Amino acid sequence: MKIRIKFRKYGVMKFIGHLDIMRYFQKAIRRAGIDICYSAGFSPHMIMSFASPLGVGLTSDGEYLDIEIGNELSSASAVHRLNAVMAEGVEVLSFRRIPDEKASNAMSLVAAADYEVRFRDPDVLPENYAKAWDSFCSQDAILITKKTKKGERELDLKPLLYQASLGQDADGAPVIFLRLSSGSADNVKPELVLEAFGAHAGFSLPEFALLIHRKELYANSGTTEEPHFVSLEALGEEF
Amino acid sequence: MTKSDTGKKLALSDEILLSIDKPARYLGNEINAVYKDKDQVDVRFCMCFPDVYEIGMSHLGIQILYDMFNQREDVWCERVYSPWVDLDRVLRERRIPLFALESQDPVRDFDFLGITLQYEMCYTNVLQVLDLSGIPLSAAERTWEDPIVIGGGPCAVNPEPLAEFFDLFYIGEGETSYFALIDAYKEVRETGGNRQEFLERAAGIPGIYVPSFYEISYHEDGTIASMEPVNPHAPRKVEKQVVADLTHTYYPKKPLVPFIKATQDRVVLEIQRGCIRGCRFCQAGMLYRPTRERSLKMLKEAALQMLESTGHEEISLSSLSSSDYSQLPELVNFLIDTFGNKGVNISLPSLRIDAFSLDVMGKVQDVRKSSLTFAPEAGSQRLRDVINKGLTEEVILEGAGQAFEGGWSKVKLYFMLGLPTETEEDQKGIAHLAEKIARRYYEIPKERRNGKCQITVSTSFFVPKPFTPFQWARMCTREEFLEKAHTVNAEIKEQLNRKSIRYNWHEADVTVLEGIFARGDRRVAKALRLAYEKGCLFDSWTEHFHNELWLAAFEEAGVDTDFYTTRKRELGEVFPWDFIDIGVTRKFLQREWERAHEGKVTPNCLAGCQGCGAARWHTGVCPGSTPADIQEGGEQA
Repeated sequence: MKIRIKFRKYGVMKFIGHLDIMRYFQKAIRRAGIDICYSAGFSPHMIMSFASPLGVGLTSDGEYLDIEIGNELSSASAVHRLNAVMAEGVEVLSFRRIPDEKASNAMSLVAAADYEVRFRDPDVLPENYAKAWDSFCSQDAILITKKTKKGERELDLKPLLYQASLGQDADGAPVIFLRLSSGSADNVKPELVLEAFGAHAGFSLPEFALLIHRKELYANSGTTEEPHFVSLEALGEEF
Repeated sequence: MTKSDTGKKLALSDEILLSIDKPARYLGNEINAVYKDKDQVDVRFCMCFPDVYEIGMSHLGIQILYDMFNQREDVWCERVYSPWVDLDRVLRERRIPLFALESQDPVRDFDFLGITLQYEMCYTNVLQVLDLSGIPLSAAERTWEDPIVIGGGPCAVNPEPLAEFFDLFYIGEGETSYFALIDAYKEVRETGGNRQEFLERAAGIPGIYVPSFYEISYHEDGTIASMEPVNPHAPRKVEKQVVADLTHTYYPKKPLVPFIKATQDRVVLEIQRGCIRGCRFCQAGMLYRPTRERSLKMLKEAALQMLESTGHEEISLSSLSSSDYSQLPELVNFLIDTFGNKGVNISLPSLRIDAFSLDVMGKVQDVRKSSLTFAPEAGSQRLRDVINKGLTEEVILEGAGQAFEGGWSKVKLYFMLGLPTETEEDQKGIAHLAEKIARRYYEIPKERRNGKCQITVSTSFFVPKPFTPFQWARMCTREEFLEKAHTVNAEIKEQLNRKSIRYNWHEADVTVLEGIFARGDRRVAKALRLAYEKGCLFDSWTEHFHNELWLAAFEEAGVDTDFYTTRKRELGEVFPWDFIDIGVTRKFLQREWERAHEGKVTPNCLAGCQGCGAARWHTGVCPGSTPADIQEGGEQA
């Protein structure tokens, strides 16, 4: 059966890159004794795919991988066994059965992602940042130049920015919440939005200025025009 | 900070970790890493492999000792590796002291810094680790506040080039004397003793060498006149430590699993220690005598436990000359039966190519992709007899032939250039042997062949090593080495099947340096320090090796490098390492040196004891000892 695993990544594990996280899960699944399926051929590999690579330095509460397994007692048992063999900084949140058809693949489903963006040093922001943010968000179009393999192209961020709001932490530090288009078609990274904000408000972000935390990944069960976002986790069922 | 950004403390800031290559090298937190409360332990030991993380994490010895130390409740053993050049620069610029991975505490706060010396080309990295830790490079300048710096590993059998930088050396296998050393340290600390008192206590522990307790005098020609203990606690001879029973000893059931891919990304199962063969160039073959096996039962259990605790997808057998392990078929068949259908690869290096190994390899590898390895070491039978390498041309051609019939088409051949008594004919013999193997391949009818064959010939340059029969040998100059390589290359290019043969040779400059430190004495330390100060680091990495800096360092230090390399030693010469009792007697080594010149081969240990001296430990393959499986209680496969 097909399984979707949701996990969070925090603490020192944020420095472990995507390819190494894949290797990490291959070994963790063996340690936990999950009955995973292998591809055919002389050098079989685990049937495993990740929804969306998370950049080095980012933390997350909503990471996903899909696997295919033989037998398993229950969702609860698998979560328990996996968490018993995790390194500090990775926690498995759920282990759910997903529909068997090909279209249910996490990687192809990803349509949007939620992020929280904080500032390592809030003083990089201009004093009137709240006002500037409102003016930034109320533009009809947010035009940026995006570097691609073929060169540069102009892009309007506005339709790809599903939600954007400015709030505060418990200690009064600014937090920006973003729901961004994600996945293979129009993947928007939070840095891109913050750079555009900087350009609009007349400040620039030094390197490593942002602390980015991914909150959730979504599939779109609506249409392109009228999207309806459901978390990847909600597409699976406990067993 | 978000609630999710909690967890272990780090010595480096996010900005630093995000601007260097592979930050995972510096985080600790790996699966099976050991964390303790530093206030609840008496002794903090920092174990160092002085090379980059991915190399150091692949080393079994450290994993064994890490596990062994951490079994003691009163000890916390952590790890440190050489920071790569990018972080090295940052640590210096920002004056951040080098830290251990687990606690992320500065290394200089530890009680011990143990550095494994696996190859000579890591010596500048030893100085780097001390320097970045803020520990005085010279042992003489350290105080009771500094860690005790102890060296071990194969290069510690000639510790003299590093003597100035170490407080102690551990000679031999780590499983035996370390606990006595820790106990002595605790006692001296508890009773308010000082550093000197501890060093004196340490000098009395078997296998521990305290370099500051000896004085060396030299003859006018530069050779050693004498090496005298100058402290009453220092023994005249330091005896190598040997684990008597390799079945009932420490072996990590939960090895560390790095997040980034290490050189050895697999479970390593050391099946035996030592080698019965007695090749005359081979230092490991002499150092690890007597050959001792681990029991089949222990190895089966260890394999199961280690695969389960790591989740690795590969297991590799490790030892010198693995084919000599008495229960190899039972072990290999067990691994294939147990793990073969569970996606676990089984890797079998250092197997003799014969019907058994081909059968096994056919089961565990993709024949079309994998290659066969032969190490004839010398190109002619005459020279193979000189070096006591039992492999004959007939055996090689027979093995290659069987393999080719079985579908293999890739062969790797390893040789050494610059061996004692070598002639141009011997060098050309390397090319000729490769040609014969290629011809054997093309004897197979075209329709049954797997395209062209690929024969890769690699030569390294011979470095005479301490405690081998060739310790008296003259080493070649850089120019001589390169000329030999060109001779081989030219001969290969002349041959019919040249397009099926590829030839690689090793760097000559690094080899010369290796030769200087392998047989060096205390006087080369000055050049080592100068080279480090000039910026030499990671010398085993071609892109970081700067021969011109080394040459300048030797010049400035007034070290005549030829004295250590190209000079032929007289039989009676006192060597810097002669104060170590390695088990194999000098008399035996000398007899082997003489037999080499007569072209006489010496039978292996199983064929009959040759009286090398290691039998006094009454263990392993030596006469009068009990084999591993009988110790285990007569367990049968």
